Amino acid sequence: MNILNLFIVIPLIMLLALWASRNLRQTRSVMVVGSSLLLLLAIYLTTDFIAQRGAGADAEFLYAASWQWYAPMNICYSIGVDGISVAMILLSAIIVFTGTFASWRLQPMTKEFFLWYVLLSLGVFGFFISTDLFTMFMFYETALIPMYLLIGVWGSGRKEYSAMKLTLMLMGGSAFLLMGILGIYFGSGATTMNIMEIAALANIPVNVQYIFFPIIFLGFGVLGALFPFHTWSPDGHASAPTSVSMLHAGVLMKLGGYGCFRVAMYLLPQAANDLAWIFIILTTISVVYGALSAISQTDLKYINAYSSVSHCGLVLFALLMMTRTSCTGAILQMLSHGLMTALFFALIGMIYGRTHTRDIHELSGLMKIMPFLSVGYIIAGLANLGLPGFSGFVAEMTIFVGSFEQPDIFHRTVTIIACTSIVITAVYILRVVGKILYGECRNEHHLALSDATWDERFTVICLIICVAGLGIAPMWVSNLIDGGVGNIFTILHP
Amino acid sequence: MIPAEYYLVLAALLFFIGVFGFFTRRNLLGVLISTELVLNAVDINFAVFNAYYFPEHLEGFFFTMFAIGIAASETAVAIAIILNVYRNMRTIRLKELKKLKF
Amino acid sequence: MEHTIFILALPLLSFLILALAGMKLPHKVAGTIGTLSLATVTVLAYVTAAQYFGAGRGADGLFPTLVPYNFTWLPLTESLQIEMGIMLDPISVMMLMVISTVSLMVHIYSFGYMKGEKGFQRYYAFLSLFTFSMLGLVVATNIFQMYIFWELVGVSSYLLIGFYYTKKAAIAASKKAFIVTRFADLFFLVGILFYGYYAGTFSFEPDVRLLFSAGIVIPVALGLMFIGGAGKSAMFPLHIWLPDAMEGPTPVSALIHAATMVVAGVYLVARMFPIFIEFAPQVLHIIAYVGAFTALYAAVVACAQTDIKRVLAFSTISQIAFMMVALGVCTSDDPHAGGLGYMASMFHLFTHAMFKGLLFLGAGAIIHAVHSNERDCMGGLRKYMPVTHITFLIACLAIAGIFPFSGFFSKDEILTACYSYAPMMEVFMSGVAGLTAFYMFRLYFLIFWGKSYYESQLALFEKGRIEKKPHTPHEAPAAMLIPMVILAAISCLAGFIPFGEFITANGEAYEIHLNTGVAISSTLLAIIGIATATIMYMKGQNKVTLTMKVRSKKFIQAAYHRFYMDELWLFVTKKVIFRGISRPIAWFDKHAIDAFMDLLGSATQTFARQIRTFQSGNIQSYCIWFLHGVMILALILIFLV
Repeated sequence: MNILNLFIVIPLIMLLALWASRNLRQTRSVMVVGSSLLLLLAIYLTTDFIAQRGAGADAEFLYAASWQWYAPMNICYSIGVDGISVAMILLSAIIVFTGTFASWRLQPMTKEFFLWYVLLSLGVFGFFISTDLFTMFMFYETALIPMYLLIGVWGSGRKEYSAMKLTLMLMGGSAFLLMGILGIYFGSGATTMNIMEIAALANIPVNVQYIFFPIIFLGFGVLGALFPFHTWSPDGHASAPTSVSMLHAGVLMKLGGYGCFRVAMYLLPQAANDLAWIFIILTTISVVYGALSAISQTDLKYINAYSSVSHCGLVLFALLMMTRTSCTGAILQMLSHGLMTALFFALIGMIYGRTHTRDIHELSGLMKIMPFLSVGYIIAGLANLGLPGFSGFVAEMTIFVGSFEQPDIFHRTVTIIACTSIVITAVYILRVVGKILYGECRNEHHLALSDATWDERFTVICLIICVAGLGIAPMWVSNLIDGGVGNIFTILHP
Repeated sequence: MIPAEYYLVLAALLFFIGVFGFFTRRNLLGVLISTELVLNAVDINFAVFNAYYFPEHLEGFFFTMFAIGIAASETAVAIAIILNVYRNMRTIRLKELKKLKF
Repeated sequence: MEHTIFILALPLLSFLILALAGMKLPHKVAGTIGTLSLATVTVLAYVTAAQYFGAGRGADGLFPTLVPYNFTWLPLTESLQIEMGIMLDPISVMMLMVISTVSLMVHIYSFGYMKGEKGFQRYYAFLSLFTFSMLGLVVATNIFQMYIFWELVGVSSYLLIGFYYTKKAAIAASKKAFIVTRFADLFFLVGILFYGYYAGTFSFEPDVRLLFSAGIVIPVALGLMFIGGAGKSAMFPLHIWLPDAMEGPTPVSALIHAATMVVAGVYLVARMFPIFIEFAPQVLHIIAYVGAFTALYAAVVACAQTDIKRVLAFSTISQIAFMMVALGVCTSDDPHAGGLGYMASMFHLFTHAMFKGLLFLGAGAIIHAVHSNERDCMGGLRKYMPVTHITFLIACLAIAGIFPFSGFFSKDEILTACYSYAPMMEVFMSGVAGLTAFYMFRLYFLIFWGKSYYESQLALFEKGRIEKKPHTPHEAPAAMLIPMVILAAISCLAGFIPFGEFITANGEAYEIHLNTGVAISSTLLAIIGIATATIMYMKGQNKVTLTMKVRSKKFIQAAYHRFYMDELWLFVTKKVIFRGISRPIAWFDKHAIDAFMDLLGSATQTFARQIRTFQSGNIQSYCIWFLHGVMILALILIFLV
């Protein structure tokens, strides 16, 4: 039994169990047991992966297996992981686990909520373990659809509008993606859908690459909030319930970066080398533009969503810089951003759940009222603005140092422009912290509010430990992903 | 012997009269009758082509017989539908039968 | 030297304990944990210094550079990696002593000053964090480790300035401090990136050949790094955060914003000095000019401030500028030939930390006594606070550069170094030093002499003019006085330390000898400054002062408003960045990009509305369309196929 299958099987069993559960208690226990199992499994996978690599297993993908399920198109259910996917699976498991606790008290229709939630995580796990283009795409779609319902039903504010917008834009992206996948399939001779085999064939003609690289990059880029296709993100995040925001910003947006790397750049290396400059410009704009627009937002979730645009822009930016270090940095940034934003959205959700407002003009002096949440918020903020000791710093520095390895003027200039985001980030983070946490509380209704409950504390502490852990001991993650990046890197620079 | 073209012209006339009727009749029964005209035009064609150009074969005549049968059963079904439509809607005027739209 | 790891580990440990369990601990216990760990660190620092300097010079006549710990924290590229470690060389050992001493004094002092404050434990936790980061900064083995700790001191400074987080001014000040220094750090980071790429290493001792082949890039990188240093060390025009940072508790100002963190920029330049002198002497001279201007600017502004902490803040800016100038005027690394400035700068850093820390602690004691920062609420305090008075006077004499106090020696070395670079520079800087003496004694007289505010208030109370009985100023408790006395003692004696024996630009011993001309002229100028201050302020506001005030009202006003630099800052942040860039971008995002996406949606909808009329329900029209289709297909089949 391949261990990776468990990442599909466990959510499936969870779905059944949820369906059968009769009351809230049962629903919660299913979720806790299931998500803890997933987390343990992910941790086991990580350690085992590192052990295997240490023992000299040097295959590109470990745990590889394949079952054909549609012979005419050579579509297989093929799975396998390299360091990058292991890191992503670990991230997803952490977020799914903490997200469960963040939506502990979600009302109404808790059971249905978790059903969709688990389906979403099923899609995410499936995406990261697949090595078959079509299966990957299928799981990708599986992850997208529940989003519509999760936001449309359990969201807040203009939820129908946001849900529709998000789904349509992402579906637009996946339409591109399907085109691109077919392009790759037929371009490489229509014999296999397996990523490794296509990469090994390396026979896609350059002009075909030129057509399909932008298509696939855009397709995944929409999910990675690439300028100017990022506008689903602020509205979507603002309307989504807490744990969905966490999962979406924390994991789903990473699907974009991961896909760009694994599919677009890995399978179409020539075009990636030649056309990167277009997307470098777009991502540089993303980075600075997202940060600047975050400064003048007044809704906490909007601020964070724009900050996500900026940080995810940095992921794609670093990938396109195409040095080994910057690509490692991009993966680190995905991990770091996933954890940090999840933490942020969790905290915002908790504050919103108490005050029923996210407008920074209406919030003030929360430090005295809810010290735990406020301290958590400050830590999240400091992590976000890249304080050493937290994951953001490690990721950003790796990216910048890596990007500087490209010695020409163009790359240098955009790198320096991207660097300015660290200042702008400080501006909007400190603005929010100053406005909502410090000072005297002006709203007497807020004075009676309580601090975090045990489940919320648990969520926050878990995430802070992860963020700090990655920030203090980054070397094991960079060792983990280095092999995976190296493989792709050798293809990019033959 | 009457040249084949005469029959063919007759069939064409019948066909287009049928088509014209099909498009312009306001009454479902009228539309049904026009359909019959179209079918009959086809029958004539089958028979004529068979008789004049492939006298040693019989497929054309068979086909004619077959089409007549079909036309008969089709008329029966159509009239049943029309009757039901009339029962439900109290009209068989096409202008008023517009429920099947967006 | 293995014990040096504890110098870093202990403050970190005490930070973690206090941060995690602090709120549950009683004040006394929390304070004791912090202070004890710091006391141990101080002892360790002195032991390290004794061992290090006691071991003497190596065979090459230099103090060795020891690296007891160094490990790769994060591998980046094949050649570049971020390392973490401890490096001991003369300046880092000296900094260890300075930081641990001042920090310990502040820890003890805070027992009295912060007594009963809410968040006492938090305060000590942040102090520990700061001390940890600052110590990590000075012992950094490479520029990137320095940057990491550089950011950490920035954030601890942010947290401590905003300690009174319900006070509006404190929030604004902490934000401003962080953002301004962060802005400068951006340049620092870019400088590091350039340096790292071309030098192929982040360490302080790169391969010289690589640097030579890099050409112009290295001076640029060093210049960028200096901008980072200028941000931390409050050089004009990035000084704007420092005066506002005085919103934090006074002991914090003493520790962070006077003695240690603000000299990090100087330390950075000193650290990179060998590379500066070799590859970018012109950048060094730019630093000198920036420093000279800042020194003058800050001294002038300090003369017009009424808040005593602000005066001290500007005096700090001015004094740090002195150190920068001293580094900048170096033309070689030989102290006998143009490299004296390095030693002078480090010497001044050392003495300044002591007497400026003392001044701030004294100011804290005064504020503690009269509950105000404004000089109008002071006056005549010497009767009530004799110990504070004496120690403050010692510090003032030290900063004014009067023999035999420590400031005299270090300032004299700086002026000598300036003289060897350019006589004009020496004249200019002596002038600024005279001005320093003037504003410090203005402050001194306004606080301790003249008419007592308390007595006048008391008189008013007795006449029944005011309701509340004024609070009697009282001498500070022993916890506050002891550190002040210790620092005062150091300020008196530190000048006689043979500093040149330990720290020089090229590492060789240098015997400090006074340049008589410079010494006499600068002392003379200082005495003139003091005398002017005595005439003008000793007896309170007298005729001379008033005429001065009326005569140059505009100038004093401008100086009081710090020549409107803060308004400029507000303009840039509020008007330009917030309203001018961020708002339009947010608007653009909503009304252009997002609207375009919405337009796609609504266009699809409109189009669908348009074409749905085809679906009329009219069977006959369907048939006509069908017929058209058939005919077209037929035509295609007939004519094209």
